[in-house]
Amino acid sequence: MIPAPTVPAALLQAIPQTEDYIRILPELVLSAFGIVIMLLEPLLDEEKSQKLLGFIALLGALAGIAATWVMSGSPGLAFSRMVKVDSFSVFFHVLVIAIAAIIILISYEYMAVQRIRAGEYYALILFGTVGMALMSSAVELVLIFIALEISSISSYILAGFRRHEASSSESSLKYFLLGSFATAFFLYGVALMFGATGSTNIDIISQKLQAGPVPLLVYVAVAFMFVGLGFKVAAAPFHIWTPDVYEGAPAPIVGFMSTAPKAAAFAVLLRVVFTINAPGRFWLVWVSAALSMTLGNAGALLQTNIKRLLAYSSIAHAGYLLVAFAMITPEDSANGVSAAMFYTAAYAAMNVGAFAVVSHFANAGERYVTLEDYEGLGRTSPLLAAALTIFLLSLIGIPMTGGFFAKFYVFSAALKANLVWLALIGFMNSAVGAYYYLRIIVMMYMRESRRDVPVTPIPWGLGLALAISVVATLYLGILPNRVLQFTRQSAQEVVQQRVSSPSEATGAVRAPF
Amino acid sequence: MNADSWSPYILSLVTFAPLAGALLLVLFPRRDRDIRIFALVISLLTFVLSLHLPVYFHRAQAGFQYDVNQKWISSPNIHYHMGVDGISLWLVLLTTFLTPLCVLISWKSIHDRVKEFFIILLILETALIGVFTSLDLFLFYFFWEATLIPMALLIGMYGHERKVYAAVKFFLYTMIASVFMLVAILWLYAQTGSFDFVIIRDQIASGALPNFSAAAQWLFLGFFIAFAVKVPLFPFHTWLPDAHVEAPTAGSVLLAGVLLKMGTYGMLRFNLGLFPEAARRNAPWIMVLALIGIIYGALVAMVQPNMKKLIAYSSISHLGFVVLGIFSFTQAGLNGAMFVMLAHGVSTGALFMLAGILHERRHTYEISEFGGLASTIPIFAASFLFIVLASGGLPLLNGFIGEFLVLSGAFQANAWYGVLGATGVIWSACYLLWMYQRVFYGKVTHEVNNSLADLSGSEKLAVWPCAAAALVMGVAPILWLGAIDPAVQAALSPFAQVVSKVVGQ
Repeated sequence: MIPAPTVPAALLQAIPQTEDYIRILPELVLSAFGIVIMLLEPLLDEEKSQKLLGFIALLGALAGIAATWVMSGSPGLAFSRMVKVDSFSVFFHVLVIAIAAIIILISYEYMAVQRIRAGEYYALILFGTVGMALMSSAVELVLIFIALEISSISSYILAGFRRHEASSSESSLKYFLLGSFATAFFLYGVALMFGATGSTNIDIISQKLQAGPVPLLVYVAVAFMFVGLGFKVAAAPFHIWTPDVYEGAPAPIVGFMSTAPKAAAFAVLLRVVFTINAPGRFWLVWVSAALSMTLGNAGALLQTNIKRLLAYSSIAHAGYLLVAFAMITPEDSANGVSAAMFYTAAYAAMNVGAFAVVSHFANAGERYVTLEDYEGLGRTSPLLAAALTIFLLSLIGIPMTGGFFAKFYVFSAALKANLVWLALIGFMNSAVGAYYYLRIIVMMYMRESRRDVPVTPIPWGLGLALAISVVATLYLGILPNRVLQFTRQSAQEVVQQRVSSPSEATGAVRAPF
Repeated sequence: MNADSWSPYILSLVTFAPLAGALLLVLFPRRDRDIRIFALVISLLTFVLSLHLPVYFHRAQAGFQYDVNQKWISSPNIHYHMGVDGISLWLVLLTTFLTPLCVLISWKSIHDRVKEFFIILLILETALIGVFTSLDLFLFYFFWEATLIPMALLIGMYGHERKVYAAVKFFLYTMIASVFMLVAILWLYAQTGSFDFVIIRDQIASGALPNFSAAAQWLFLGFFIAFAVKVPLFPFHTWLPDAHVEAPTAGSVLLAGVLLKMGTYGMLRFNLGLFPEAARRNAPWIMVLALIGIIYGALVAMVQPNMKKLIAYSSISHLGFVVLGIFSFTQAGLNGAMFVMLAHGVSTGALFMLAGILHERRHTYEISEFGGLASTIPIFAASFLFIVLASGGLPLLNGFIGEFLVLSGAFQANAWYGVLGATGVIWSACYLLWMYQRVFYGKVTHEVNNSLADLSGSEKLAVWPCAAAALVMGVAPILWLGAIDPAVQAALSPFAQVVSKVVGQ
């Protein structure tokens, strides 16, 4: 045996241990399943392989959730303080992977109807999920950037998967060009932050900022990072891409893009903003929140295409969510973080559900995506119409749905922090928003269909996805207790970080043996 | 089981029985007849269950009875808190009384999407009962909003030509108005840490809230706007005629009979209960608006060529009486306001049913299309006359008692209010009797009207209970007022000094 003591202790710490791997186990599992799909794809018969590959992907997502459960058993830092497992990251892991699982269920039928044959579709969903999951647990700005890129690049490709449609390629290219531009801003912000504080580790930056006067450069850095993340969550004024990209991309992928990467980007934003206690964030965030709510809702009023309408609605919802970021004091912040986390979950449930309906109803070539096509759906397919109605009511924010409590927590957090006017802008906007969601319900139930729109029976995969989304939406609206307690606890952890001393915050340093 | 062991559950049972019925209906095959019978059974069952409430109600007692208070959501601190007092008790009964009649009146008139219709109707019943039974502001707000969707669907799916316009207008008007109430509720929660009506009321009364006096006016207005749109108080009334004209008969009956009362109930419970000071300060202009509503509603009703619109505007006029009574802050005025609510629910509900029956036969509400119907359909004409007289305030029928009490309360507050309000009674006799004359007397002007069918069995079953109730309410109002009086007294207790001031003026 070679004697170990000659190796310096710092170097020993850099060697990953078993626990390090457990703390990124979901990412590992998802990547493994993605690779298996890529390897199997060329070996299998193209006609028949689709179902099998989809099934493997679904299995992968479920294994990912199981791995998250294992991961949650060993909280702490890993890989030289780059990754952190706490209840905050566990929450977003579960959320993102669950969204991926439901999207895979929806894609099953969609791929067959659209005649898209490609195993890499499922693999890309899993790889994208890896990036998003990693975003929520990374506490090192460079790693966050890498995770952001992993998730973004897979979404760029996924957006262009309707290869025969020019609009899909347009969507992909637009998303790619603008997205790279925005991530460059984020990277620039990271670089400036490094220049200002000498570190890219969130905890260390936080300590530095608390210790001394805040250099001007930090303000610029925070603003730049906000630009990059604001693009990802489709917050105004960085929202222009959203309607075009959503219109062209495959419907299940839009359901994915509008929820999972958004949740992940919000997770990063929460960590960066609240753990670093980013200076000057208040004005930045409230301007963006007010703009997003107003522009999103105003834009949605005029849409005739349901995908574009939901795109504008997602801008508006990003605005509601940002309201939770404008809190200043630690107690308010904890409320805000918890409200934002709850919002991402509720929004995911209802929006994924809505896109499940849209992608089923769109039919081959996504022919039926205008609002007029939905006329009389209440008669032709009562189940589909009822499900969509529940999602739309939740998007409006009617009590007993997740959307209500989501808005409720966000606005009451704002009221508690005495941001009455911001809450009022939010309330006004929800009233405006009610109009265009209601329009769809009116179309479905109160008008007769004028065109002959075929409604195919609901296959089991989609049915399951719809059922899960409906149950989740109602569960969050009727019994929000458990989820809320979890988000509260995580929020406390995230916010307390900056109050507590650094050694506590970073956890005990592991002994070499 | 004896009555007491039922008490903690009875309110939840009454509230959620229709919802359970609606969920069962979802599973039903689309056999229209079975669905109708099942809906009738469920609504009757709910009515029978709700009879438990007045039978075992302790009339002399003022506070909330049958209450349940369970923790529902820990953060925010939301409780499942329900209870009724002498005020809400009767509104619950009114709802459960009218719903089976709505099922009966829709028996034949709804033949398309029957299953959906009765599901929506039963869900609406649960939401309406919930509004009157909940004592947690959050729960109240939930049920309040929950009434919107089924009502809008009833109008929009089963209404007449301009149904979509009317449904959307109804939804947006009331939804936007209730946002103000939500802000006020959230503010109260932020200050008190509770949504519980009783806790908040006591905290406000004890003066424990530091920022309250500055905010009271805004809070009062926040609640008031939501309620005023619902009532509807002039000038927030424009949604009502559209909604009524387009709604199917059952929708109109519940809209006029119960939904409008949510607004006046809210004023009584929350505006007076939580903000007595602000209520007193704002009473003058509110009473003026109520008077304008009484007179304006009556005058517009007079010139309506459309029967249903006429009844809709008469509702605006009658609800003006309720608001006038509430903001007179007198025992007589509040008793009267409560009684007008109930009487209006019964008689206007019946009027809408009768108008609906005519529409079913002739597909029009135009008064000029009729004439001389008394000779062709005598039973219908007699029933109509009875209800018209009840609604117009003939002594010994239900309309009279309430209006009399309101006016005597208004006189105590200010003689001018009483005088102007009293003209409303005259107006209502004018427009109702004139309408009756044009429709039923004279010669038959249109050939088709000679072959109209008289009331059918299910229609009699729907209309006559209302007539019977109108008579009993007119002859023995004490049955109702006995429970209303102590509750009103309790509601007025913060005004004890205030009342003497008003009277002293």
